[in-house]
Amino acid sequence: MSWLTIGPVELDALRLSLWVAVVAVALSLPVAVAVAYALARCRFWGHGLLNALVHLPLVLPPVVTGYLLLVVFGRKGTFGPVLEALGIQLAFTSAGAALAAAVMAFPLIVRAIRLALEAVDPRLEEAAGTLGASPIKVFAFVTLPLILPGLVTGAVVGFAKALGEFGATITFVSNIPGETQTLASAIYAVLQVPGQEAAVGRMIALSLILSFGALLLSEVLARKMVRR
Amino acid sequence: MSLDLDIHVKRGRFTLEVQVTAPAGVTVIFGPSGSGKTTLLRAVAGLEAVDRGQIVIEGSNLTERPAHRRAVGYLFQEPRLLPHLNVRGNLKFAQKMGREVALQSFDEVIALLELGNLLERTPFALSGGEAQRVALGRALLSAPKCLCLDEPLAALDQGLKHRILPYLERLRDRTDIPILYVTHDAAEMARLADHIVLMQAGRSVLSGPAEVILSDPAAVPYLGVRAAGTVISGQVMARDPTTGLAVMGFDGGQLILPELNQTKGRSIRIRIPAQDIVLAREKPKGLSALNVFEGTITQLHAGQGPGVMVQFKTGETLFLARVTQYSAQKMGLAVGQTIFAIVKATAFDPTGIGT
Repeated sequence: MSWLTIGPVELDALRLSLWVAVVAVALSLPVAVAVAYALARCRFWGHGLLNALVHLPLVLPPVVTGYLLLVVFGRKGTFGPVLEALGIQLAFTSAGAALAAAVMAFPLIVRAIRLALEAVDPRLEEAAGTLGASPIKVFAFVTLPLILPGLVTGAVVGFAKALGEFGATITFVSNIPGETQTLASAIYAVLQVPGQEAAVGRMIALSLILSFGALLLSEVLARKMVRR
Repeated sequence: MSLDLDIHVKRGRFTLEVQVTAPAGVTVIFGPSGSGKTTLLRAVAGLEAVDRGQIVIEGSNLTERPAHRRAVGYLFQEPRLLPHLNVRGNLKFAQKMGREVALQSFDEVIALLELGNLLERTPFALSGGEAQRVALGRALLSAPKCLCLDEPLAALDQGLKHRILPYLERLRDRTDIPILYVTHDAAEMARLADHIVLMQAGRSVLSGPAEVILSDPAAVPYLGVRAAGTVISGQVMARDPTTGLAVMGFDGGQLILPELNQTKGRSIRIRIPAQDIVLAREKPKGLSALNVFEGTITQLHAGQGPGVMVQFKTGETLFLARVTQYSAQKMGLAVGQTIFAIVKATAFDPTGIGT
């Protein structure tokens, strides 16, 4: 086996990392749009509390976030019995890895979308209303297209964050090869064993390719939107 | 079609209480800033909540309906075009939102506002005047039962205003829906208004047909002395190509107008500011002024300043002239007297002549 050949463990880690990041972003995005809209546009009791809660994963040590996830969603956690009754297990599963990544990426996605929402001129939405657009249509045909660049930015930043997430993931779902071992936790695992420099190098290269690919994609999308 | 309004809005220390009926045609809402003109329009369009009252168009009560179900077209001071759509997308937006727009009206509106070469442009690539024309077209293509134009020319410079005004005049002449037009520009009002509502401090102080209000001495305090005057509608009867002078006939006589690029037979309307009319007790001789006509004084109105407003009637047309109190006393002006009015042909501002 030459030092360039990618082994099955690494391939599994790569595949899982991509799956986790995609699922995390796909889950976060709609919720993030709703939360960003509430934070940017609505005035309600608990506004500050919601804002703080959203930002919590950003300021807490990731290990603590992972631990809190265990406390809430673990088998013996707050919602453990409910989830078990539904046949869902999150702790120590790939679904749990996606949840951990989603929670960690969430504040970044919300921030990007909220900034975009705050830049939308409400007078345009008012004008659309006089042209016969109901509030839901205003959102779909005016607000959403106008925040699209912010949505893409949020998704890319969230994707990158989910891809590199380590602390909360390893605490919540551990480091099981083929099940919960993402690229980041695989690198960590390999680093524990002496003489695995080649494997470490390969995985770092994979991480770099993924990250640059995501950045490139976001650039291309952003440019396309500007041209429109 | 007509629009019946009874609107009560209270916002802190400001109260708006207006009862107005706006028939088909342009009803200009005129008043100083802060008099509640914009609030009134926003209430009609459903953009401002009403505390009490009714908004009835063509017999159907809109008061409880949200803005998107009122079919009130609104042209704001700024164009508010949707930046992610091109001009065509903006014009067709209301249709996409489910408003039923007659098929031929798209082409009609394009022709009326000359939007043909702009269709594929993005809003960023439009000048201020073009953007406002597109916004007007977009409002027209939302199948409106009533149009609200909120100082649509305020953000444009003087030259552009005079390029857009003819479009608005054409619009006025071709639709039969009520148009509420807010402005604080007297010249705009004189060119466009069929009816006038004068607003002050949240109340309508005077309202009626434009010719009546503009030549009513009682309206002068609200219009301002510069805006007061006579609006005459008539037809171009002849035009002399060598002198460039045109003759316009109206109910009560003829007027000679300068540099008028209007063809014979066309209806036009002109405004004669009260301060541009000179009065004489006897028929003047050897004057350079081309327009002299006889009338009977119907009202004398001394204002707060040094001027006196004299309303007189020639034929069926009411004129308004402003003279000093001193002249009025010296000439012994009184209601019922016969008087001669002198108007210089050059007193007409060619840009103030509308159709």
